[in-house]
Amino acid sequence: MKAFEVQNHKDTRSGFGAGLEELGKTNDKVVALCADLTGSLKMNAFADNHPKRFIQTGIAEANMIGMAAGLATAGKIPFAGTFANFATGRVYDQIRQSVAYSNKNVKICASHAGLTLGEDGATHQILEDIGLMKMLPGMVVINPCDYNQTKAATIAIANYVGPVYLRFGRPKVPNFTPENQHFEIGQAVHLDEGSDLTIIATGHLVWKAIEAAQKLEKNGISVDLINIHTIKPLDKEAILQSVSKTGAVVTAEEHMMNGGLGDSVAQLLAHYLPCPIEMVAVDDSFGESGKPEELMTKYGLDTPDIIEAAERAIARK
Amino acid sequence: MDNKSLTNHAYEIRRQVLISLNAAGSGHLGGSLGLADIFTVLFFDFLRHKPDNPTWAERDRLVLSIGHVAPVLYASLAEAGYFPKSELLSLRKLGSRLQGHPATAHHTPGLETSAGSLGQGLSIAVGMALSDKIDKKTRRVVSIHGDGELQEGSIWEAAMSAAHYKLNNLIAIIDRNYLQIDGKTEDVMQLEPLQSKWESFGWNVISCNGNSIPEMQQALKAATESDKPSAIIAKTRMGAGVKAIENNHKWHGKAPSDEELSAFLNALEVD
Repeated sequence: MKAFEVQNHKDTRSGFGAGLEELGKTNDKVVALCADLTGSLKMNAFADNHPKRFIQTGIAEANMIGMAAGLATAGKIPFAGTFANFATGRVYDQIRQSVAYSNKNVKICASHAGLTLGEDGATHQILEDIGLMKMLPGMVVINPCDYNQTKAATIAIANYVGPVYLRFGRPKVPNFTPENQHFEIGQAVHLDEGSDLTIIATGHLVWKAIEAAQKLEKNGISVDLINIHTIKPLDKEAILQSVSKTGAVVTAEEHMMNGGLGDSVAQLLAHYLPCPIEMVAVDDSFGESGKPEELMTKYGLDTPDIIEAAERAIARK
Repeated sequence: MDNKSLTNHAYEIRRQVLISLNAAGSGHLGGSLGLADIFTVLFFDFLRHKPDNPTWAERDRLVLSIGHVAPVLYASLAEAGYFPKSELLSLRKLGSRLQGHPATAHHTPGLETSAGSLGQGLSIAVGMALSDKIDKKTRRVVSIHGDGELQEGSIWEAAMSAAHYKLNNLIAIIDRNYLQIDGKTEDVMQLEPLQSKWESFGWNVISCNGNSIPEMQQALKAATESDKPSAIIAKTRMGAGVKAIENNHKWHGKAPSDEELSAFLNALEVD
């Protein structure tokens, strides 16, 4: 199996902050809004260096989404940042009507997504956001896997005209994708070739999928490994090409099983290529307080869970 | 434009509201009629816009936050020449550009944003006004709200932000007809003291008769001279122009039958 070198450990939110700051220098249409979480979202550099284009909205997320829609109408490219829970569930109707239905060029930037927010507990650990956002017609949904990819994704979405949901997280995780990579919205990254099983992972679960694939290979199972940073639009071609070769699939995500990546993949395969699918995701449950890694283990989102899911999928072939 | 012409436009807008709602068989008559004078002043006196070039970059911006009064917006757009008046008969019908609530997805000329779910338009207007402040543009941004709509909390988030960012290029017009679906606003959820609420949020507040064209003209002029965002509390009569249905909340969400249409058109007051 291909070797993946961990360059360092960094948080994906810092990748967002770095990408935003680069946009601040290169694209004067980019404006940033934040609802009192500038430090948490790593938006300080943009706020400090481009104060006229940084809009503090206070703790008022509904207004932030509407303001972003208004700024987009006037030709700006607004990046609205807050925690994933407040960026989606709290303001779903504002996003639905003022952004998605109105097709406004708003980038909803959501940090601290999923369980890895950790100790703050379930009020802040949204596991439904991908589902909420992917159901909105025209909404692009992106969940990059590490610092470098999040930075590249942040820069890439400024050049795409239309609403985007960009999801990232809080903890430091292995940073292994190339620095200054080209990010193509909707194009899966084929990480490794294999023949027995396809693993399709997104976000923080991509690194765990790599670890799982390495262990599976030692047990004689050859894994075709896909990093699917864009959940909508889904790279159907890449998935079908892989699964037509392997005939079994594991999906892995830091999200609820209902409405997540697994759902999207299952929908695709049910139509074109029915085969065993196992989903590594949270099964109809809220999270709780704990260390990120403890939570990932408790809720079945860890490397051993992917290995077990792989064995189940292969056994069903 | 002289007041005689404005009065004629208001009359024609009301006429088209009645006709289009009758053709649709459903829709919101009361508020649409009540707002006809305000729309007349905006479209034919106050706003800088080009009906033959709806996306003209320098146009003033109108954000209708209460999407249910779409009929008065559509009638005003048609009266101004954005599209033929005959198209008003397609209101609420399958495939129409004139959706039951305004929808940019259906490419209605002159429409800035979608509305229907209440309480969102002021935030959008704040974003527009803020963009113009960043770019140092002198455009005017006008939003239109219902009084009942002010019960939505997001309105007050937006109100706070408009004052914080000193958006004196923003004018929010409040259609103060004291009525909402379930009855009188003050019975459903008390709004008063409304003027001091807006003042305490840092706004310049102007009260006027929203069914008086000269008073609306004066209010808008005064609003442009403020160093704060301005709220115009425009007192209107729901159903204004048709005495038989004025101030009756049962006509909030109702369309006239054929008989009612001919009676209302006959009774329609020119002034």
